[in-house]
Amino acid sequence: MVGLHKGEFQNSLVRWIDARLPVFTLMQKEYSAFPTPKNFNYFWNFGAIATVALLIMILTGIFLAMNYVPNSALAFESVQRIMRDVNYGWLIRYVHMNGASMFFIAVYIHIFRGIYYGSYKTPRELLWMLGVLILFLMMATAFMGYVLPWGQMSYWGATVITNLFSAFPLVGKAIVTWLWGGFSVDNPTLNRFFSLHYLLPFIIVAVVGLHVAALHVSGSNNPLGIDPKGPQDTVPFHPYYTIKDSVGLCVFLIVFAIFVFFAPNFFSNPDNSIPANPMMTPPEIVPEWYLLPYYAILRSVPNKLGGVLMMFGSIFILFFLPWLDTSPVRSAKFRPIFRQLVWLLVIDVLVLGEVGAHRPEGLWIIAGRVATAYYFLFFLVLLPIIGKLERPLPLPESISRPVLGPRSGGGGGPVAGGAPAKPMEKA
Amino acid sequence: MAEALSTSTVPHGETTKRDFLALVTGASALVGLGAIAWPLIDSMNPSKDVLALGSVEVNLAPIPEGQGITVMWRGKPVFVRHRTAKEIKEAEDVQLNQLIDPQPDSDRVKPGHAQWIVLIGICTHLGCVPLGNKPTDPRGNWGGWFCPCHGSQYDTSGRVRHGPAPANLAIPPYTFLDNTKIKIG
Amino acid sequence: MRPMNKLVRLMRSSVLAGIFSAVLPFASVFAQGTEEPSLPHINWSFEGPFGTYDLAAAQRGFQIYKDICANCHSMNYLHYRDLSGIGLNEDQIKAIAASVEVPGGVNDSGQPITRPGRPADTFKAPFPNEQAARAANNGAYPPDQSILVLARKGGADYIYAILTGYSEPPAGMKLQPGMSYNKYFPGHQIAMPQPLQDGSVQYADGTKPTLEQEAKDVVTFLAWAAEPEMVQRKQTGVRVVLFLLMLTGLTYALKRRVWADVH
Repeated sequence: MVGLHKGEFQNSLVRWIDARLPVFTLMQKEYSAFPTPKNFNYFWNFGAIATVALLIMILTGIFLAMNYVPNSALAFESVQRIMRDVNYGWLIRYVHMNGASMFFIAVYIHIFRGIYYGSYKTPRELLWMLGVLILFLMMATAFMGYVLPWGQMSYWGATVITNLFSAFPLVGKAIVTWLWGGFSVDNPTLNRFFSLHYLLPFIIVAVVGLHVAALHVSGSNNPLGIDPKGPQDTVPFHPYYTIKDSVGLCVFLIVFAIFVFFAPNFFSNPDNSIPANPMMTPPEIVPEWYLLPYYAILRSVPNKLGGVLMMFGSIFILFFLPWLDTSPVRSAKFRPIFRQLVWLLVIDVLVLGEVGAHRPEGLWIIAGRVATAYYFLFFLVLLPIIGKLERPLPLPESISRPVLGPRSGGGGGPVAGGAPAKPMEKA
Repeated sequence: MAEALSTSTVPHGETTKRDFLALVTGASALVGLGAIAWPLIDSMNPSKDVLALGSVEVNLAPIPEGQGITVMWRGKPVFVRHRTAKEIKEAEDVQLNQLIDPQPDSDRVKPGHAQWIVLIGICTHLGCVPLGNKPTDPRGNWGGWFCPCHGSQYDTSGRVRHGPAPANLAIPPYTFLDNTKIKIG
Repeated sequence: MRPMNKLVRLMRSSVLAGIFSAVLPFASVFAQGTEEPSLPHINWSFEGPFGTYDLAAAQRGFQIYKDICANCHSMNYLHYRDLSGIGLNEDQIKAIAASVEVPGGVNDSGQPITRPGRPADTFKAPFPNEQAARAANNGAYPPDQSILVLARKGGADYIYAILTGYSEPPAGMKLQPGMSYNKYFPGHQIAMPQPLQDGSVQYADGTKPTLEQEAKDVVTFLAWAAEPEMVQRKQTGVRVVLFLLMLTGLTYALKRRVWADVH
């Protein structure tokens, strides 16, 4: 670890401030000299990318709020005014609208990376749990944000999701009325959703702060999942990873820009271009794509309360992941069975997403149930068991001198040690 | 870019190449940030619907001599006063060197319509609305308008005669559609 | 590059191959659920990353909206001033606006009055409220057309299909009173009588007013109305993407330089 003394800053003003409020020392230590494993692959970009996405959402949101009117009689019209009359209003709104999807894409890839490379394992359990909390807050924020344009999908999405709470015995009905501030989703609901939608992102920022603070205690995991053994295994965060994150960020922004400028309504539902009508439900109610897997789980359970519990459980279960996985080996690279099951989980979640987009009839119901079953099976049964049964591949000695390279591809079964030594690939 | 890549194995000149590349990349990123900032800043400028509401028509026929009305234009009060012959004469005869913000009365009315004075009713000091448009209002020592906030006084041409206001009442763009109708904006 | 290769390798592994071969036939079974005729596709001037609105078509389309659609359909989010976007000049816009009477506040005795429209006014709606619209239209509510193209699955193609999809009902199909048969409308019974026929309007520019031409023109107008910012958006987008590509190249080159000494 590179320790810095206050005298090392060249600029006298910086020295003066730092002696009284050591922000420069902090930045120097946490973002510049911070020793980081040198073997990251591009999956490690997504934490930084998600942070930028969050900032973009907050920035565009602040400017949208200057023109948006949180009133059920005026909300839809005010959005149209933003699109037509406010200077660059269309751009700001489309960035915000597609930004939600882009933020979720980045975070989902970030979560996948965490699972695949075992980043949740000791000593990073709290880091992981804070991340799950961020995901949960994001979902709440996104849901409330989707209500604000006050289109048909906004209104009926709000109705359906708030009604989930009516599943709870005894207090359910009272909770729903309390959430609505009335006897249906209406102006009071819209007002409080706007207030909370404005508040929650800043809470997310705070939790992200904790997430990063926790990360800087344990240091980053890496694709090999083994701890750095010394300075030869690490590089300072700046410039090595600031520049590498910038590359990933640029590519991300290109994808983002293509959606915003050339397919701004790709992720949106045509029904939300119809003003909310409490007297008529659209033929198909679907949430935004990033919530579809949970929605599929909800609908796969024939019991109302059961479905609600399973849906919340599917997120809640992630909090316990560090203890459900019993294997001491982090990276899926060295866990042949786990690796297969994780990819299967990815497909499983994609299938759930597809199921969530369709009316629950015929084979979709069966597909939904099978996929739901695997989701819970993976976390509750397979993970604890394979941790004990699986025979991991031999781990390399260190990040910079891996003695035993990972075996490529297929197989699936545990492989005996003694694979020929290969030079470690550069990240 | 190609050049930078091809030199990656040459140790000499590494620092300068990197510095130059870093400079160009950093500058480009800054340009990008600036381009992002502009739409956000511009979104706070008046929007198209605000700009479109720029004109209002006023019928002058019902305004008796010596009295005025206040109409709203772009969210601001506009004074329209029907001046008496005596008021017009007073306004025209003032020595320009006596004025804080010298301007002849003829520059402040439309030719042939000297009985009509049209003013933005915002004191040029700190933005209060001066009194004097209603018959019951105090009009100050010069028979025009009197600002209750800090005591500025204006004459019947809307020219400031007593501080602290630094300038005459502004005149909105307007045209006579016919003898009894004007369009402001 | 590397993660991609790994992904491909993993995809090939036996378990996944099994899953895919199990899931894919599923998908085709699911897809058979809905039985709607596929929409005819028109080569719209506004398609693609460089598409712009055919302004002549949009102006003809506005004529159709004004003469035909506007009898029942509102366009509440458009202002007359917006028509500069399809190339009308200020005098034309003023004349169009002045041709309607809009509420003009109250007169000196407090009675509501009307005045001729101004460019800053929104398009005048044919009915004062939904009830009046329903009463005049056999109980059906003609939807607002401001963002109709965005509010329907299939967008411009769907609206074109509806406008050209009227015919006699197939033998044996009983229509509800007041309904028309339209093969692209969900349920095939639509409350709107066929709005456009050959020669429904006379075009000043000499274009032949066939049904297809009229439908194409009015849909072009409606597409513009729904996304008046589209041309500016796409043009900005081209510049933004080119800039980002350049920045990505620079950043990647710098990244290679920075990492050159790490093994």
